[in-house]
Amino acid sequence: MGLEARRRGSEGSPDIHRSGDILPTRSFNDLSREAGKEIYMSLALNESDINRALTRISHEILERNSGSTEITILGIPTRGAHLAQRLASIIESIEGTPVQVGTLDITLHRDDLRLRAPRALMETVIPTLGVEGRTVVLVDDVLFSGRTIRSALDAIGEIGRPVRVQLAVLVDRGHRELPIKADFVGKNLPTSRSQSVKVSLREHDGVDEVRIEGESA
Amino acid sequence: MKHLLSINDIDKEFAITILDTAAEMAKVTEGPVKKLPTLRGKTVVNLFAEDSTRTRISFEAAAKRLSADVINFTAKGSSISKGESLKDTAQTLQALGADAVVMRHPASGAAHRLAQGKWINGSVINAGDGTHEHPSQALLDAYTIRKHLAGGTGDLAGLHVVIVGDILHSRVARSNVLLLTKLGAKVTLVAPPTLLPHQVEQWPVKVSYDFNSVLPTVDAVIMLRIQQERMSDLYFPSEREYSTLFGIDAERLSLTKPGSILMHPGPMNRGLEISAEAADSEQSVVVEQVANGVSIRMAILYLFIAGSQESVNG
Repeated sequence: MGLEARRRGSEGSPDIHRSGDILPTRSFNDLSREAGKEIYMSLALNESDINRALTRISHEILERNSGSTEITILGIPTRGAHLAQRLASIIESIEGTPVQVGTLDITLHRDDLRLRAPRALMETVIPTLGVEGRTVVLVDDVLFSGRTIRSALDAIGEIGRPVRVQLAVLVDRGHRELPIKADFVGKNLPTSRSQSVKVSLREHDGVDEVRIEGESA
Repeated sequence: MKHLLSINDIDKEFAITILDTAAEMAKVTEGPVKKLPTLRGKTVVNLFAEDSTRTRISFEAAAKRLSADVINFTAKGSSISKGESLKDTAQTLQALGADAVVMRHPASGAAHRLAQGKWINGSVINAGDGTHEHPSQALLDAYTIRKHLAGGTGDLAGLHVVIVGDILHSRVARSNVLLLTKLGAKVTLVAPPTLLPHQVEQWPVKVSYDFNSVLPTVDAVIMLRIQQERMSDLYFPSEREYSTLFGIDAERLSLTKPGSILMHPGPMNRGLEISAEAADSEQSVVVEQVANGVSIRMAILYLFIAGSQESVNG
């Protein structure tokens, strides 16, 4: 919410700086002031970058697993679920066979429940073949602390016992707090902790892009 | 929001959130592992100053499936039967570190007193207070109706629910009228005039004394128990007459639309308000209501006690 508000503020702001005025890279294209603090928003991935990354990840998943018959793709809502659907449709178009794809809500397994307001649960949809004895490919938009993935591993354990679990993320921004590593990464984005990575997807936000917001590292 | 004392405490949007959350809870508990770590380290006290089977074991099962520690506290065999006041009982529970107190009490307003008394820091969940309210029962009834008749999502707009029987003494009826109308359903009450509360004409419902005339347009029938323990006077001439006029049997059930459902909060008086044939018919969802009750109570416990208290519902 805060980030959205800040972004709207920057677009309507009269003292918006032209891209390149302050920062020479093409990525830092928005810069505004709010309460005396400079907010940078740089475009890290555009629509075609995202499409290319997803296509590559799809091929990597197929290569690693020798096809798509043994895999079940589970996206973590909200944006991970959309990415999972996209990966599944790319893999289906490559292989010509349907892929097991679903969504996995991890809210009830989070370790920060007592620190925040309870949130409404998102839908969990497990495809017909389930996870028992299969290779689960977890999909999320941003890999950061790793705590979401830890929660997801617990949530999977409640549904069944997969033979292995792999992790695909669109963005790996570093700053892991747990020993968790992605198998398939769209883009590694080194960030500072004070920055935030905002993934927007057509299905949910109307546009495909990844932005880094906040003061630069 | 910290306490669940009355359906009036929650708005339509939050009611739907509770129903949606319960639907996801139901899915989780269908899996091979029925336990979630969500409330690990939280203590839920079931304070039941009045007899209950269903509600107490339902809250207990819900709390245990979410990994909370459960302490059961019933009037019989406790200090309540020795005459301890609610305040002293509450202070005992506070000393035990209760994060939530689920309370059933014979006095209307007892849950409100407990919540407003500032004797405890935890949440108070009303599990039935006298003839006042029973919000978790109304939520599970709405959930059951939504699952069968509204595709399992959204509100209950356009549905017609009839509540039959002892409206006067029924906390289930009060909570159900508030919730079902909030969710957009049309509610009709059917009862003998002696078992209708004063000023029922100010409730957002229709009232009828003729059960048969209502049945053809009804989507869900909620039968209420004749509460012998709350009846100090004679409210109807005989059980047989009540049963004939206001009980449901297979013949009456056949007047309803195909696909309509028959509900009862339990425990049933078979042969009085509901015939055995009707209770065991295909339209009866009485047993399913119990299962749905666990999901609803998991959702309530999760939404009211899992997070930090300052910003619940935010």
